[in-house]
Amino acid sequence: MTLFANSPVKSFVVARVASGLVSIFFISFLVFLGTSMLPGDAANALLGQNATPETVLALRTELGLDQPLPVRYFHWLGNALHGDFGTSLSNAQPVINLLVPRLINSLILAFSAAAIVLPLAVGIGLLAAINRGKALDTATGSISAIFLSMPSFLIGYLLVFIFAVKLGLFPPLSMVRSSASLPTWISALTLPVLTLVLVAQAHVMKLTRAAVLGVMSSDYILMAETKGIPRNRIILKHALPNALSPIVSICMITMAYLIVDVVVIEAVFNYPGMGKLMVDAVAYRDIPMVLACGVLFSTIFISLNFTADLLAMLVNPRQRLPRKGN
Amino acid sequence: MSGNRILSIDNLRVETRTGVLLDDVSIHVDRGEVLGIIGESGAGKSTLALSSIMLFKSGCRPTSGSITLCGQSLMELGTTELETIRRTKASYVAQSAAAAFNPFYRLEDQVTEIPAMAQKLTSAQRRRMAVELFEELQLPDPKNFGRRYPHQVSGGQLQRAMIAMALINQPDLIIFDEPTTALDVTTQIEVLRLIKKVASTHNCGALYISHDLAVVSQMADRIIVMRNGKMVEQGPTRQLVDHPQTEYAKRLVAHQGDGSYASIDGSDATLLDVRNVDVGYGGVAAVKDASIRLGAGSVLALVGESGSGKTTLARSIAGLQPARTGEIRMRESVLAPLVERRSFDQRRLIQYIHQLPDLALNPRQSIRDVVGRPLSYFHGLRGAAAEQRLRELMDAIELPAAYLDRYPASLSGGQKQRVCIARSLAAKPDILICDEITSALDPLVEESIVKLLTRLIKDEGLSILFITHNLGLALRFSHKTAVMQAGRIVEHGDTRAVFEQPQSDYTKSLIRAVPQLREGWLDGFSANAA
Amino acid sequence: MSSKLTLTVSLAVLATMAAAAILAPVLAPFPPNEMVHAAFDAPGVGGVLGADGLGRDMLSRILYATRYTFVATLIATTLACMIGVSLAIIAGLSKGWADIIIGRAVDILMSIPQIIFALIILAIAGVSLTTLILTMAVLQSSTYYRVTRPIAGDLAAMEYVEVGRLRGERLHWYLFKEILPNMVPSLLAQFGLGLSSAALFISSLSFLGIGIQPPAADLGGLVRENALALSTGRLTPLIPAFCIALFCLSVNGIVDWLVGRFSDKPDVK
Repeated sequence: MTLFANSPVKSFVVARVASGLVSIFFISFLVFLGTSMLPGDAANALLGQNATPETVLALRTELGLDQPLPVRYFHWLGNALHGDFGTSLSNAQPVINLLVPRLINSLILAFSAAAIVLPLAVGIGLLAAINRGKALDTATGSISAIFLSMPSFLIGYLLVFIFAVKLGLFPPLSMVRSSASLPTWISALTLPVLTLVLVAQAHVMKLTRAAVLGVMSSDYILMAETKGIPRNRIILKHALPNALSPIVSICMITMAYLIVDVVVIEAVFNYPGMGKLMVDAVAYRDIPMVLACGVLFSTIFISLNFTADLLAMLVNPRQRLPRKGN
Repeated sequence: MSGNRILSIDNLRVETRTGVLLDDVSIHVDRGEVLGIIGESGAGKSTLALSSIMLFKSGCRPTSGSITLCGQSLMELGTTELETIRRTKASYVAQSAAAAFNPFYRLEDQVTEIPAMAQKLTSAQRRRMAVELFEELQLPDPKNFGRRYPHQVSGGQLQRAMIAMALINQPDLIIFDEPTTALDVTTQIEVLRLIKKVASTHNCGALYISHDLAVVSQMADRIIVMRNGKMVEQGPTRQLVDHPQTEYAKRLVAHQGDGSYASIDGSDATLLDVRNVDVGYGGVAAVKDASIRLGAGSVLALVGESGSGKTTLARSIAGLQPARTGEIRMRESVLAPLVERRSFDQRRLIQYIHQLPDLALNPRQSIRDVVGRPLSYFHGLRGAAAEQRLRELMDAIELPAAYLDRYPASLSGGQKQRVCIARSLAAKPDILICDEITSALDPLVEESIVKLLTRLIKDEGLSILFITHNLGLALRFSHKTAVMQAGRIVEHGDTRAVFEQPQSDYTKSLIRAVPQLREGWLDGFSANAA
Repeated sequence: MSSKLTLTVSLAVLATMAAAAILAPVLAPFPPNEMVHAAFDAPGVGGVLGADGLGRDMLSRILYATRYTFVATLIATTLACMIGVSLAIIAGLSKGWADIIIGRAVDILMSIPQIIFALIILAIAGVSLTTLILTMAVLQSSTYYRVTRPIAGDLAAMEYVEVGRLRGERLHWYLFKEILPNMVPSLLAQFGLGLSSAALFISSLSFLGIGIQPPAADLGGLVRENALALSTGRLTPLIPAFCIALFCLSVNGIVDWLVGRFSDKPDVK
């Protein structure tokens, strides 16, 4: 941190990391609290309806369920920090073993979508802003308005209908194994990734356009015009660097949302990701699994949001440097 | 003399879709000459200034006339040629340097952007050019000044850096668009002197735009008066100032005052007595040990530069920002520091008028609601009695009674401020606290508001605490004057005494810094002034 | 499209959908949960829009589903708006501990992805219409808070509110005469946006199978039930999803009009 010793960045990082931890703490504790209010508990669930009270009691002791709530919570938290999220109720396997491959699948899906949508939508947003009020701007604006109104599963099924049912180009479902070959993977990923791209592009494009337009109406852009700077150079050298900070933050926040949007998309395509895992766990009320997925999703989401703000701050000299001298 | 002609604009007309911004305007600037352009907001000054380099805000376009800069007719040129002209022939200095510099780059990179684009000089040579200009403009530590970012230097320094940026391409024409309006008077003097020096040593022509006739009269050789997009009058500076021809120009000159003091006869009976008040935000004291006295039926001007604490003191008198120590007395009673602890009558007797009428009027209440509320709240007036009083109040502020049914958005700035005055009059107060109430208004509107207040003092038996940064206004309008600097009252007395025999050095420098119409006023400043 | 035309079309679409929701029992040709046709009957063969995999009439199920979606969306959004705005006004006017505590709570709520939060709550509390609506209301209230709190703060710091303070006005005056009237435009716009995001959110949850439970179904639930029928090459299973999109598009159209109108003329009352 010596690089930013005197800058506002340090205090920002400290404050945000602290508040992020509080949020993750809060969500995990909330789930714990809720679980403890349920009529049955893990012991009942594991042993099923026909267990004798004695065996239930024994298992309760074994699982530490007879301890007071705060003790159990910190016990869970301590284990979670070491990667031990307990045992899945529906599967009787350690949660972490089930979780990791699914998490990797989800990340592959979300990051592939991000790699396509971010450059694409930022570019379109930029073009729309530069051609404000012209045909390109109106067209992209109307298209994104339509996509913004569509449930993501509708976009997904429309793609399935066109590309899988009618054209037969891709499989309608994406139930891949991690051992599958690369072409299989690509073919399985295409439609889900495309869906995520369409879901996210409208947001990214709209926000980028607004950010660039905000910058283009600044006094320093007029100043550059009076200096006779050519338009391309004004956009590249004067407007873009200032729009960078909002755009970077738009991109990171989009990544955060993509990671969460996979929940629905994975259900559409039966893709074996963490979202599907969590939805199934909710249906079975597999609480340790729900808890682990929830905490993991939230942690990724919060970290990406934090990175968004941090990057936005670092590319802006006004926030990075102190007011007085250097 | 056509070889010396730098800019000539002939019969220019600029239109938007809905109206005309400039109508049949013709100006010319010769080498070594400064042309002043004066007018109120909306007169078309900035549109005219930017049109000299063929720049128009989006939605505006020139529909007839011609613009010739350095012998080239700009109307016929394409974008690339125009950009070359702007880079090589002309420079623009904007009003708000803080907004006109790109926050992303160091100052020297922005100042030397045009030479850097031309790629004729090495970066060391460009730096040397910038440093020389920083030196010429008396910027602190010129060698390292350019390494800073815009947000790291003060407003006055930024304005000077922008002048350096304007000079770097050795332009034939420099356009100064209200370059000192955002600055305090003492800072303004230095920048004005530098601009004047630069304009004469760099052998170029200049356009100087301002709403302040006194400033323009010091800077310009000739002056053009604009109003509503038209040229009202033009002539050599002295001729226009000494013998204005049109009614409008006469009023602008008269607005500067003839140096005579207000003829308000206030009594010496003290109405409001503020003693040793300290006010602070958190650990910082904004007002320190301030004492002022307001006599019945008189006007006390509280003057000072931005950040001097004058508004904070006024707010503590109103009870909005509690005084930490000291005492505020109205007649015999001591006022509680917070308005919430003051009595019904105390709240009624002191009325506060804010600087920006736009923010002081609820956009969703009609004028009738706005002015009617204190009538019902303080005096229980309703129905016909309230209506009668509302009409009297509209009469008092010289607005038609039909305006009662309007909403603030359909009123001009001056009219809104009149409504705010009516709202405070409705309470039947003894004291009006006016916090820079004319500083957002055009000079002639300011004049009419001050006239209105002068009449109200007599008609309604008011006393006024008049907060302003405008010393000329204090001189014309107030009976007594108090000067604030860095939270302290440094001068307090009869206005005539304060202006003629100021005691503190600060007051002296403030008074000297007030722009005057007098010939040679600016040249009379020695280097150590202000 | 001109904003006037957009508005007219949007209003017409919404009115039609609302009428369909209200009049569902009258309009539906068959009871929604009874098997009246053969499974997967084509449109025109068994009922206007065909039948689902259990032989239930699609048109009737869509009418009833619209009803569920409308009711859940409206109640959740109204609740969310009330909770968010009340908290914002309390925080904006008090500016003390209440402000800090409410602000922190909302920060935490907003830092957790909404759908994940909803999944957790529904896993714990069990899936029911009431839980769904309440969860939605709490989650979405943070949006209203975030939109209203700065407005409440700005308004409380406005000079015209200060004039009221100097006069000695009471709380109800600030609220009803000074603050609320100025909030209405942005609140209305936010309410519209909230309606469409709530509709999308509820549909998504139902689509995931943790919203309204069978045999009843809202529009999202219908998509879940019939998605497999897409493989027959018919688009009818997606009609409910198109209804959601149409609803959101119309609501957004009205919001755009509102925003345009209020930003052009602040003088409207």
